[in-house]
Amino acid sequence: MCLAVAGELVSSNHHPDPLWRVGDVSFAGVLRQVSLACVPTAQIGDQLLVHVGVALKVMEPE
Amino acid sequence: MEVCGGQTHALLRHGLDRLLEDSIELIHGPGCPVCVTDSERIDQAIALVKKPEVTLCSYGDMLRVPGSDGSNLLGCRSEGADVRVIYSPLDVLEIARRERDRQVVFLAVGFETTAPATGLLVQQAHQQRLTNLRLLMAHVRVAPALDQLLGDPACTVQGLLAAGHVCAVMGEAEYVDLAAQHRRPIVMTGFSPEALLRGILCCIKQLEEGRHDLRNAYEAVVDQGGNRDARRLIETVFEPVDRVWRGLGVIGKGGYRLRDPYSALAVEPEELDGQPYGNGQCPSGQVLRGLMRPGDCPSFGDACTPAHPLGAPMVSSEGACAAYFRFHH
Amino acid sequence: MGHGGGGRLMRELITELVVPKLGHQKNVLHDAALLYTPGPQLAFSTDSYVVRPLFFPGGDIGRLAVYGSVNDLAMAGARPLALSLSLIIEEGLEVDCLARVIDSVGEACRGIGVEVITGDTKVVERGKGDGLFINSTAIGVVEHPLNISPSAIRPGDAVIVSGDLGRHGLAVLSARAELGLRSPIESDLACLLEPVMELLAAGVELHCLRDLTRGGLASASDEIARSGQCTLQLEQQRIPVHPSVNAACEVLGLDPIAMANEGRMLVICPAEQVGLALTVLRRYQPEAARVGKVGERWADGSSLDVRYPVSLISELGVNCPVVLAEGEQIPRIC
Repeated sequence: MCLAVAGELVSSNHHPDPLWRVGDVSFAGVLRQVSLACVPTAQIGDQLLVHVGVALKVMEPE
Repeated sequence: MEVCGGQTHALLRHGLDRLLEDSIELIHGPGCPVCVTDSERIDQAIALVKKPEVTLCSYGDMLRVPGSDGSNLLGCRSEGADVRVIYSPLDVLEIARRERDRQVVFLAVGFETTAPATGLLVQQAHQQRLTNLRLLMAHVRVAPALDQLLGDPACTVQGLLAAGHVCAVMGEAEYVDLAAQHRRPIVMTGFSPEALLRGILCCIKQLEEGRHDLRNAYEAVVDQGGNRDARRLIETVFEPVDRVWRGLGVIGKGGYRLRDPYSALAVEPEELDGQPYGNGQCPSGQVLRGLMRPGDCPSFGDACTPAHPLGAPMVSSEGACAAYFRFHH
Repeated sequence: MGHGGGGRLMRELITELVVPKLGHQKNVLHDAALLYTPGPQLAFSTDSYVVRPLFFPGGDIGRLAVYGSVNDLAMAGARPLALSLSLIIEEGLEVDCLARVIDSVGEACRGIGVEVITGDTKVVERGKGDGLFINSTAIGVVEHPLNISPSAIRPGDAVIVSGDLGRHGLAVLSARAELGLRSPIESDLACLLEPVMELLAAGVELHCLRDLTRGGLASASDEIARSGQCTLQLEQQRIPVHPSVNAACEVLGLDPIAMANEGRMLVICPAEQVGLALTVLRRYQPEAARVGKVGERWADGSSLDVRYPVSLISELGVNCPVVLAEGEQIPRIC
């Protein structure tokens, strides 16, 4: 269960409540709104692993 | 055995199973929450969406899964039912908010990878006190099913490729226990051809050295502790419950249900009659344990094909039988 | 509804909206249009257009209706003489919307140098149509000696795509909004007439042409293989796909080679002429590329696995059969 793809966090609503914190992630130019609730340390520019619109991990830069 | 349907898909798409030596046999596991969703749940979903006021939101994967009479959600949609394919559970909240006159039902399936997303939807809906959103819960937990599979004395699986994205959420703990208890190597593995080969190699090495440890071959994604925020979310919203896995029967604590105060958002109580090994015609339990090859099943390719599947492993393109049908038949 | 009733309202719709936008050779509204044909062999094609939404990034149903039918003729190497246009309008469609579609039809026609010379208009009840359905039929003339069809393909022929794949599929997906993907990628909607005429003029011995539409490269190559009774071998690494299309497909679990296109074609020609063909095609789309070859011809009783006549050599060099989806590709999470 498992389609998860990495993309770049390009914006955030910086909501104080993680439950409602979302941002746009760019997958090679294709944008999708993603929940940041499970990645509280995510910063703009980070690569996030995204599954069904929820970021599950901040990837280390390679 | 590779556990996850996404891994099966990648193996077949890139021809890895045919690239490997004959001495390495890959058994495609029950790793598709789609094809292990019990037919009774599909029947419930179909019954609900036939009501004119109901909007059923679902992942695309579920649309072709047959219910007990062979009908599916795709068929319902073509007959006019309001079935909507969504990418994220969070989109379901928007639909319910925008369309207050609709009764929105979300068919919540998935492994632990997907549970956090469902959990967020539940918390958001609860906080907003939405009255027109319900969840038809069909989430499953992988470790208990693997426990049962590996615990069957007839199971021929020697090593396991654990689903890397499940582990990204849950971490190592459950799998360390499984490896030790069942004395089989378990390797947390990714989804690209390279990642899969790395996982397989690690498994083979352990088998040759007589070891049975948990190893991480997907370090870029999996941390030992998993994602603590996601796990906390899961523990807050869900509690384990016995669940029927199509083809395997009842798996003790093999599913999730909503715990209080969220349980009011669930459509039905969680009780289901366990059906051992699916329906009588489909010996999927044996296929999933590696006891029977798909081609050996009497219905294979005849009464049972991807176009009209009798059981779990033929339902989705990642199921063991569907895969065998396409690439080896 | 009144506009479809055949009375004054319909006459007004046609004379005041449709005709002025499309021009007319003789401005005589009669039941049949007359054509003078210059050549001995005519090409004839028809297609219906049901795209949703009606306006998508890079195009609309009007332009699609013109290019789609002209492209069908071009796949036989035919030059279009005239088009017909039939509209089935759902009650409630805004007149302004219809006007924009007809404007688009007119503009597309003028760009090609072809006219709509006959047509029809019907209105159906609200709920019985997706806003607007269009059927267009094209008549053209064949002015070359080649037999451009699947039956002409030969083992060893090169298989070429005229540009990168899947843009139309992505444009429509992102315009539909249900999946929440936002993409700057526009549809690849384009008229293929000029590149085909240029290929002919350059002396490329075209064996087969096929425009890629729904089902993408996967469907088109499967159809050609079956009609031409030859296997086709494609190479994954050579297939041009824009990174955004690839990314969207990864996110949704879709296959780029099964995504829809509306301005791309398969060109099958002798291997020796690949360079010449690509030189022509790359002036229109720089990503035109050779993606494979025609394999063996199968005969009755052959041992070839003709259930899947098209195979794809993966990045790892393994030959995998191309299996068409049951129906429309549906996003998946698993």
